[in-house]
Amino acid sequence: MISLGLYNYWIVIGLMMVGLYVMISRGNLIKKIVGLNIFQSAVFIMYISMGVVEGGAVPILTDGVTRYSNPLPHVLILTAIVVGVATTALGLALVVRIKEAYGSVDEDDLHRMDNDF
Amino acid sequence: MEHLQILIVLIPLLCAPICVLLPGGRLPWALATLAAWTTLVLALLLLGRIESEGVLSYALGNWAPPIGIEYRLDYANGLVQLLLATVASVVLPYSYRSARREIDNDRQPGFYAALMLLFAGLMGITATGDAFNVFVFLEISSLSTYALLALGRDRRALTSAFRYLIMGTVGATFFLIGVGLLYAMTGTLNMADLAERLPAVAGTRTMDTAVAFLVVGICLKLALFPLHLWLPNAYTYAPSAVTAMVAAISTKVMVYVLIRFLYTVLGADYSFGQLPLAQVLMVLAVIGMLTASAVALNQPNAKRLLAYSSIAQVGYMVLGLSLASTLGLTASLLHMFNHGLIKGALFLALGCVFFRVGSTDVERLRGLGRAMPWTMAAFVAGGLSLIGVPLTVGFVSKWYLVLAALDQGWWALVIAILISSLLSVAYIWRLVEIAYFQPSPSRDITREAPLALLIPTWILVLANFWFGIDTRLTVGVAEQAAAALLGVGP
Repeated sequence: MISLGLYNYWIVIGLMMVGLYVMISRGNLIKKIVGLNIFQSAVFIMYISMGVVEGGAVPILTDGVTRYSNPLPHVLILTAIVVGVATTALGLALVVRIKEAYGSVDEDDLHRMDNDF
Repeated sequence: MEHLQILIVLIPLLCAPICVLLPGGRLPWALATLAAWTTLVLALLLLGRIESEGVLSYALGNWAPPIGIEYRLDYANGLVQLLLATVASVVLPYSYRSARREIDNDRQPGFYAALMLLFAGLMGITATGDAFNVFVFLEISSLSTYALLALGRDRRALTSAFRYLIMGTVGATFFLIGVGLLYAMTGTLNMADLAERLPAVAGTRTMDTAVAFLVVGICLKLALFPLHLWLPNAYTYAPSAVTAMVAAISTKVMVYVLIRFLYTVLGADYSFGQLPLAQVLMVLAVIGMLTASAVALNQPNAKRLLAYSSIAQVGYMVLGLSLASTLGLTASLLHMFNHGLIKGALFLALGCVFFRVGSTDVERLRGLGRAMPWTMAAFVAGGLSLIGVPLTVGFVSKWYLVLAALDQGWWALVIAILISSLLSVAYIWRLVEIAYFQPSPSRDITREAPLALLIPTWILVLANFWFGIDTRLTVGVAEQAAAALLGVGP
């Protein structure tokens, strides 16, 4: 099968769906953040896979190597990873504050306490 | 002079860490206000330069585009930058008294730092001509928005900030996927370069997927119906100054990003000719206009009411751009600018109410027409502008939107715009009726808001009338921007 040759992308799609599903289906706020992280990791892998050049070496200058993988997507995704870390940290900080304010981190409990939807 | 384009982003960005280092009290606020005023001057200078020199291009770090990051400025983002700078220059002086009331003293430096980061992020999105750079600035502004929203006194501010964090990050990540797929197809991230290379790969499945991710991601951030769920609570429970700032400019910048990607990067022929985006966006925009206006009718909280109205107003903007005509795009750009002024003024007026009354519940507005005449007069004036009464900015942009719809023979759209406007008359009238014709429940008299809050509010209210009467600047710039985006005219 040709499509199996691009198995990276199947992994990406799988992880993306797992992440989105966890985010939507779980009421626990921490689990939502876990889902968000899985979802973002899928995108990281997508970018890294994109940079691969067939037969290309790791993009570090070495004597005798003429074909390198494209380093640009790696650099881009490094930025996105930093953003992901910041988002996770902020999200967890909010969860701590929510726990202090409500005494629960479950979405259903929170809605019940606020009589909000 | 050639560095103005980067300075308009760098000044607020550098102010953010300095604000944190400064001791509490007046200093962080003074610095942030100064930075906002400086950017306003820069935005005006830049607009003048666009007029004399045409499209401005700035190579970041002297790396020539498309390898380096290019900052590219034409009329469309010049107009958005002017809006951003105007709103920030008014909201920051306002925030001094308002934030001292609503935010703990030790958090003040951080508050101004986050406000500056939000401002720098939005400025960066409009300044850049690089697709990935948009994502970076988008996340800078989003992360600071989450933090700012969580500063509200009500505990629901925390849950609303968390919900926005989840939905906003999904939106931004979708955007990232879209940009990645565009890069995979073309090998470039520069918007002008992408626009040149994309026609060769248009119609492939990867491109269609990329566009789908981009549009859904951006629409999540701009709160297009039905992706608006994060917005009402986020606006309702945030501190007054934050709501005014975010409501006036955040979603507008995302409308600009949508316009930039659909028109400049993908090209109107591809996004509206080959893909059915016009139909999808138009239907969602109309449903959003009608349902959000209807939901706004019986909200128990005035801020929440205006938040729903914002969702409806985003519908007008998306409707304008989905018409894919010069007139429609002009209307969309105009409404972006005008609605920023309208919602800024309205939320600042509600901030004055919150300052004295400590709540923005509709019930608590009773009798305020007498107790706080200047505040409520500002609110009524802003409301008139929201409805679209002649001589206000709201009228100008709705007029152009109706013209654009008629131009293509869409009578049904005109009717939808009128119904939505009538609904806005109803929900604004409800607040006016309670404030002016129902007696105050308590005997103690609420005092008028301090001048430090009233003056900025009234500056924005007067701007509503100024740009409603003298439309040369806004309409002229919007028309030229629309023509340039569609590739007709200079």
